[in-house]
Amino acid sequence: MQTNRLLLTPKMRLLIAAALALLTITLFMSFNVKASWEFTLMFRGKKLLTFLIVAFCISTATLLFQSMSNNRIITPAIMGFDALYMLIQTSLVFTLGAIQYAALNNYFKWAIEISILVVASSFLFQWLFIKKQFNLYLLILIGVVFGVLFRSFSSLMMRMIDPTEFGVLQDSLFASFNAADSYLLTISGVVVCLISGFIFRYHHQFDVMALGKPIATNLGINHADLTRASIVIITVLIGLSTSLVGPVTFFGLLVVNVAYIVCGTHLHRYLIPMSILTAIICLVGSDVLLQHVLHYNTKLSIIIEFIGGVFFLGLILRKKI
Amino acid sequence: MIQTHQLCLNYGSSQILKDINLTFKESGVTSIIGPNGAGKSSLLSLVCRLQKPSSGSVTLHGSNILQLDNAKLAKQLAILRQENHIVSRLTVEDLVCFGRFPYHQGRPSAADFEQINWAIELMELEEFKQRYINELSGGQRQRAYIAMVLAQQTDYLFLDEPLNNLDMKHSVNIMKTLRKAASEMKKSVILVMHDINFAASYSDEIIAMKHGEIIHQDTPENIMTNEVLSNIYDMPLKVEQIHGKSVCLYYL
Repeated sequence: MQTNRLLLTPKMRLLIAAALALLTITLFMSFNVKASWEFTLMFRGKKLLTFLIVAFCISTATLLFQSMSNNRIITPAIMGFDALYMLIQTSLVFTLGAIQYAALNNYFKWAIEISILVVASSFLFQWLFIKKQFNLYLLILIGVVFGVLFRSFSSLMMRMIDPTEFGVLQDSLFASFNAADSYLLTISGVVVCLISGFIFRYHHQFDVMALGKPIATNLGINHADLTRASIVIITVLIGLSTSLVGPVTFFGLLVVNVAYIVCGTHLHRYLIPMSILTAIICLVGSDVLLQHVLHYNTKLSIIIEFIGGVFFLGLILRKKI
Repeated sequence: MIQTHQLCLNYGSSQILKDINLTFKESGVTSIIGPNGAGKSSLLSLVCRLQKPSSGSVTLHGSNILQLDNAKLAKQLAILRQENHIVSRLTVEDLVCFGRFPYHQGRPSAADFEQINWAIELMELEEFKQRYINELSGGQRQRAYIAMVLAQQTDYLFLDEPLNNLDMKHSVNIMKTLRKAASEMKKSVILVMHDINFAASYSDEIIAMKHGEIIHQDTPENIMTNEVLSNIYDMPLKVEQIHGKSVCLYYL
């Protein structure tokens, strides 16, 4: 088994993963169709699009975050990015009221929310990492503390607003995979394209960044600039995925670590697509399981976390971590 | 030529480096010696732009290194720090390949692989080429890191305690390799050393540091005297002549 694996080149492994992903997608789209094909394809297609975008966001954000911090067991969720996103939405509903909030232009609303998010995280980074020369771990620790603060603020405000407004808020905070808005999907398309372009151009620099700041600097990487760019990308991706489906924490950690193991290389030009494909297989596969085997008797996140938990136990038992 | 101008480094109220004015030669082997906490590694980090000084500056051929293009700088000076921890799962070849990154930007050419193989052979790592670095012994790993910075082919090579974890045979080999690189390829090799005998036998120049200051910058002959060494290390030391070379048997 071990030797067999070593014989496969990263490219072949990527092809196998792509074939598996395609298979899961086909299964998802065509298995057990009861309504008309037209309706099913429309309905499932939209859901599939959401899955694909979330898979891209979560896996790329987690992978870049881990390369940036040279640590394979943390996720961007630890920095409280999603908590800040929730706080921004809560305060918008709190200050504007539910009717005003709902009346806001969707694109405008999203742009404001993401801008606040990016400005806040860039500021934190600029101030602590560049000016004060704090190390990345301290920065992450401060992020953890802020995350708790943001969560507490949101829950305080949620308790203070009236129940109808809370309903509106909850609707936007805990959007499910079924009910993603089309305007969000449009935005996502644009964001995914932009970020893919950036990664395509700079993927080799992430390989070096993963070696740590001193070695990366020695090899000619402008570490501060690359970290700043990564923070913006990660923030936008997490904001996007949180606005699509709410906070998903464990998932990124799972897919990225699977990708490290099955990819067989440290190069981001393979790692990034591999983790995206793993994420697609996981998300779409779990949903097929949920729909056709478990008949919606549980939640998608529970299946994902169950598989994730089992996988991690396996890793620890086989001492792969 | 690399020069430092009034270089200072403070952590809070404690001064690590005080007004360092140094000139590193364009070729030859220079060893930096001194007791623990003298600021040797900090000096190396500042000179190689891994850290920003509290005040003062470092210049390469007259221009401030913090204003130079970092990607070009990586072809001119290389540094290997004392401790290196890499999370990525890399083979020795992958690691040494990173040494060529400033030239190939992620797409190594045949010429790059020539350099990579040259560095691997020089460090006697051929049989470990495909081994993961976390599966190597401490000394083998140290040699792999040295191979990486050698492959970088820079005019200036800064090594912080390169002989860490190395056995006698490999220590001598590496010092000879560095000596050869300095004499034949006209490189400037700057080392932080703890073994003064190694420093004295292979260097053209020794810089002695103590309490964040340069207290001596001289030839090995002038440094290897009882008074100078005892003063640097704050202990009675005696230099003896063995086979015509000054040796300090500090372990006795």
